[in-house]
Amino acid sequence: MRIMEDVEHIEKEMKLIDENGLRLDGRKPEDLRPIKMEVGVLRRADGSAYVEWGGNKVLAAVYGPREAHPRHMQDPTKSLVQCRYNMAPFSVTERKRPGPDRRSVEISKVISEAFDSVIFTEQFPRASVDIFIEILQADAGTRCAGLTAASLALADAGIPMRDLVASCAVGKIGDVICLDLRKEEDNYGDADMPVAMVPRTGEILLLQMDGHLTLMEFDKAFTLVKDAIGRIYEMQKEALRTRYAVTAEEFSDQTENQPYENREVGQ
Amino acid sequence: MTEMISELQRERVYKLVLGGTRSDGRTLEEVRPLTIEKNYIKNAEGSARIKLGNTDVLVGVKVELGVPYPDTPDSGVLSTGAELIPMASPVFESGPPRPDAIEIARVVDRGIREAHTIDLKKLCVTPKEKVWICFVDIHVLDHDGNLFDAASYGAMSALTCTKVPASKLGLQDYPLPIQHYPISVTAAKIKDVIVIDPNLQEEQIADARLTVATDENGDIRAMQKGLRGSFSYEEVNRVIGLALKASEVVRAKIKA
Amino acid sequence: MESGPVRREIVIPGERLGGKDVKPGRGTFAEGDEVFSSLLGIRSEEYGRVGVIRLSGRYMPAPDDFVIGTITDRGASYWLANINAPYPAALHPAETPWRVDFGDTGRYLEVGDTILANVLSVDEIKHIELTMQDQDARRLTGGQMVEISPSKVARLIGKRGSMIAMLKDFTRCRILVGQNGRAWVDGETKDMSVVARAVEIIEEQAQVVGLTESVRAFLETEYGMRAGPRPG
Repeated sequence: MRIMEDVEHIEKEMKLIDENGLRLDGRKPEDLRPIKMEVGVLRRADGSAYVEWGGNKVLAAVYGPREAHPRHMQDPTKSLVQCRYNMAPFSVTERKRPGPDRRSVEISKVISEAFDSVIFTEQFPRASVDIFIEILQADAGTRCAGLTAASLALADAGIPMRDLVASCAVGKIGDVICLDLRKEEDNYGDADMPVAMVPRTGEILLLQMDGHLTLMEFDKAFTLVKDAIGRIYEMQKEALRTRYAVTAEEFSDQTENQPYENREVGQ
Repeated sequence: MTEMISELQRERVYKLVLGGTRSDGRTLEEVRPLTIEKNYIKNAEGSARIKLGNTDVLVGVKVELGVPYPDTPDSGVLSTGAELIPMASPVFESGPPRPDAIEIARVVDRGIREAHTIDLKKLCVTPKEKVWICFVDIHVLDHDGNLFDAASYGAMSALTCTKVPASKLGLQDYPLPIQHYPISVTAAKIKDVIVIDPNLQEEQIADARLTVATDENGDIRAMQKGLRGSFSYEEVNRVIGLALKASEVVRAKIKA
Repeated sequence: MESGPVRREIVIPGERLGGKDVKPGRGTFAEGDEVFSSLLGIRSEEYGRVGVIRLSGRYMPAPDDFVIGTITDRGASYWLANINAPYPAALHPAETPWRVDFGDTGRYLEVGDTILANVLSVDEIKHIELTMQDQDARRLTGGQMVEISPSKVARLIGKRGSMIAMLKDFTRCRILVGQNGRAWVDGETKDMSVVARAVEIIEEQAQVVGLTESVRAFLETEYGMRAGPRPG
């Protein structure tokens, strides 16, 4: 992903990979940036999550399922899945005018499609699952961070899915395949490829690429990112478990078949 | 923009305020707990994320070079915008800013501008050609009432930690020159009862709303009355008095 | 067939729950011979059927559910109610205890009114019908509404009604809990506020060990450290 960037800060002779094979921030080619995930951070939304990923700060929220509007958009057989990806004006180095630009519209679309594939939409005819991804601070890889956060928000909202979706990007700097490019690497690197997958089945739900990769490089890149996606998936599960930590005794009376025998009526 | 509230809830909230108390245990004149986190966004020249009760607002300030207005050739520029992003409330929709968002942005802007909060003369680089423009972008993340004050506190908090990136011109970065601290306080009128810093439910049943921005000298800098009800002159004065009182604690928090 | 020990673990969407040895229940799906969770929830198993009890999410209406709703729209021969579900619910005069003439619906229920009702039916495209034929169904006035996540209603009621009984004993309030995450409370102003705050504690700490004790401690503090419910 390339962000329109002012170039004043970047010196032309900057080395993205030094003689020890380390990147600008000291990472090895296969290292992820530090990632923090938190679930259930907003009160109004049905589900929400916050992800810090390197220099990215991303908030995702879900409303739904709720009746789809306008009426003519409703599908009587299933729910719509509508995602809105947006960057806050202060999220990038040069202020971005508020409102969707073409890039945001495209990213919204590919992310909507990714989730449409895993959500059990047929359980909610005429409804819509509305996903909102807000980039508060950007440092390359925002769509991956956003998608990862949105997955958590969907689970937090109780939306039935086949699996969580995890996402990461991989790129190339010079001849070196590198995982999870940061802003400078993305701007001056030679390829960038964000990917999202269903970790359990290996299905690829989002795949975009720009740059130059030979077939062998693509293979290598994909292997690297698939492994990273597995690691991110584990982090997502951990974040959900932390948020919903529970012990056995507290639910000991609750089975799915218990009739509502405690109707407190007329007292 | 408001969601529906049931008659039962409406009566309940009114009964509470008639009795001098509110659903969160506050008195009619109390402001909700305010937390401020400054320098929240690294890419911005200034920023703050604030929580007023459960209302959550993030404000980013970007300071960029631009052309001055022709009638103020040696002054920097302040430009304020607000987005009520859809995740903040089930009734916020995507799309261009609606009247609610625009009103909030303009009222916050007026409070800051009319108090000469920023010494805009110190933001001039080359008269008539180049000045610094302060873009204050208000991003409402979670709506639990009183967006006017939450947005204003967020904007003021962000401005107090903003740095002018003069290093772009080969000079030293310097703090945005703040010379006044206007604080807005909003009151809602529910039938004949006035409450300060209305929460969401109180806002939903309010007949009228009055926002008053006062400065550190106790002078009024901006006012905005909203909704379809009315205030008497005595009520307006009462709100001004309550606003002055409530603003002191808030001002101290923002300046800290 | 014996149900065996009921196992409780948090499961994530896509997590494997079993193979040929289990039957898929609510909140699960099958792919081939494998059964997976579709929800974030608690795994529960009974009589060889494995299900997932959801930990979050909107209310999904099921027939016979007791719900508290708000009238949002009214027509000449129907009302629409918000029952905190993804869709509005319809109520027809035939399903009420009143004799409603065509066009006269406003005499019985107006927009903004709160009702106790039951879910009558939910069809394939999720049209929800309510009924007020139950003898306890009625229009509610006074008191206050308290909201709780539908997935935490069971915690609010407690084991065999123990939590709700404790709340009622301490606060002397009438409390009616709808499956749809809404409770109606009626009593003295101060006591109703205590109920509202107790519900907040339950909402926030539903998953924490010792919730009942936390709520009891809170109630005891509110009512002057007495060891049990107020006398009389």
